[in-house]
Amino acid sequence: MADMIRISTPLTDAVVKTLHTGDSVLITGVIYTARDSAHKRLVDLLDAGQPLPIDLAGQLVYYVGPSPARPGKPIGSAGPTTSSRMNTYAPRLLAIGSKGMIGKGEMNAKVAEALQAHCGVYMVAVGGAAALIAKSIKANEIVAWPELGAEAIAKLTVVDFPAIVAQDCHGGNIYQEGIAKYGIK
Amino acid sequence: MDLYLSEQNHGAAHSRLNGPIPREQVMREIAAPIISEAVAQLCIDANYHLGEDVLTALKEGLAKEESPTGRAILEQIIENAGIARQGEFPMCQDTGFAIFFVELGQEVIITGKTLEEAITEGVRKGYGEGFLRKSIVSDPLQRVNTKDNTPPVIWIETKPGKDLKITVAPKGGGSENMSEVAMLTPSDGAEGVKNFVVDKVRRAGSNPCPPIVVGVGIGGTFEKVAWLAKKSLLRPVGDRHPDPFYAAMELELLDRINKLGIGPQGLGGRVTALDVHVEVFPCHIASLPASVNIQCHAARHKSIVI
Repeated sequence: MADMIRISTPLTDAVVKTLHTGDSVLITGVIYTARDSAHKRLVDLLDAGQPLPIDLAGQLVYYVGPSPARPGKPIGSAGPTTSSRMNTYAPRLLAIGSKGMIGKGEMNAKVAEALQAHCGVYMVAVGGAAALIAKSIKANEIVAWPELGAEAIAKLTVVDFPAIVAQDCHGGNIYQEGIAKYGIK
Repeated sequence: MDLYLSEQNHGAAHSRLNGPIPREQVMREIAAPIISEAVAQLCIDANYHLGEDVLTALKEGLAKEESPTGRAILEQIIENAGIARQGEFPMCQDTGFAIFFVELGQEVIITGKTLEEAITEGVRKGYGEGFLRKSIVSDPLQRVNTKDNTPPVIWIETKPGKDLKITVAPKGGGSENMSEVAMLTPSDGAEGVKNFVVDKVRRAGSNPCPPIVVGVGIGGTFEKVAWLAKKSLLRPVGDRHPDPFYAAMELELLDRINKLGIGPQGLGGRVTALDVHVEVFPCHIASLPASVNIQCHAARHKSIVI
């Protein structure tokens, strides 16, 4: 595996431009969780011209619905959920300054366009490595819509959160590159 | 609780000659709370302890994988299973829809509650006490979380005897979403079924958290074939179908799937599937139903015989 690249949030365009598909990164700083229901609410607010409950400028959105925290732990297991369900929402959040997403699985062409247009990066964490990922999460504060339970928006403080760049701001797509490299006719 | 019939009381002839045998001597009673307690523990065990069969297959995959990224991912998954085993963090945050396959001995009577109620109570208890995620909404469109991961999905088969075997298979949403039923026609034949399976895995790509286990159902009816694919996932990874024809099909499918290049997490590589399991059932002269139920690498299932 290539050397790990350490990045800190909030991200700048300059940092995002240094990231390429296949890069292994360790993320430190704040990341915001959101998945299906929270995204619907965020986009509904944007449609209505209302302010969002969180400032996403420069920030990463992590597609996760963690398991409950045991007493004394900030969070339970916290691996990524399937990102393609957020395909329709992701370009909207990139357009207002979010610098990218963390999830699992390929995102569609509209998202790829938005990553290029707004200088964003899509990274993946290993789906199902949820216990391991949880160890990098040091604090967890629900900041919007607690009634959504596991789907509420949380502000996570992470140290060396492991991820891999899957789709970058240069049009790179590791899924297509991987199949081209390892597929056997 | 365990009232087994004694030898000398066995048989209908005795019953006719000497009057009815008391029910508790013919039937074995199991009190509902015993079932609930066992189910609660099963739900927890399944989510914290990945089976040795899966771990072995992951380690074999690590040896085979050519992609450095793929190997790093497999290493993370193996390390993750070790962390989960310590009992603080379930192996995946998606602790699943609790699916049960029950083999109910015909000489068993459940007392206090119905079997379904007893299992449901066990799910409530296990998902609460085990700090497992509550992932079920009460209505598919109005989507309000039931907050205790109930109801479970329960399949019951009857068997001879006095045992009650309960298997739980917590199923994550990501891989379940990548499943499909196809009503093929008899002329499509084995080749048609194989092409359908491989194409489904190709289209699922990175989404179901590869490396995956692929459950395949062939035959039966529209609903039966989906059940077959699900049931096949209970077989240990590495287990082959007893019929050599289907055992060969499983291996051929595994080979074709692993040539797709999807690899661990879909980032490219050799290890896309850990195994393929095929289950079959007789079908109508006009039909060839086929199904694919994809299981992520957190291939969780635990059984108990009460």
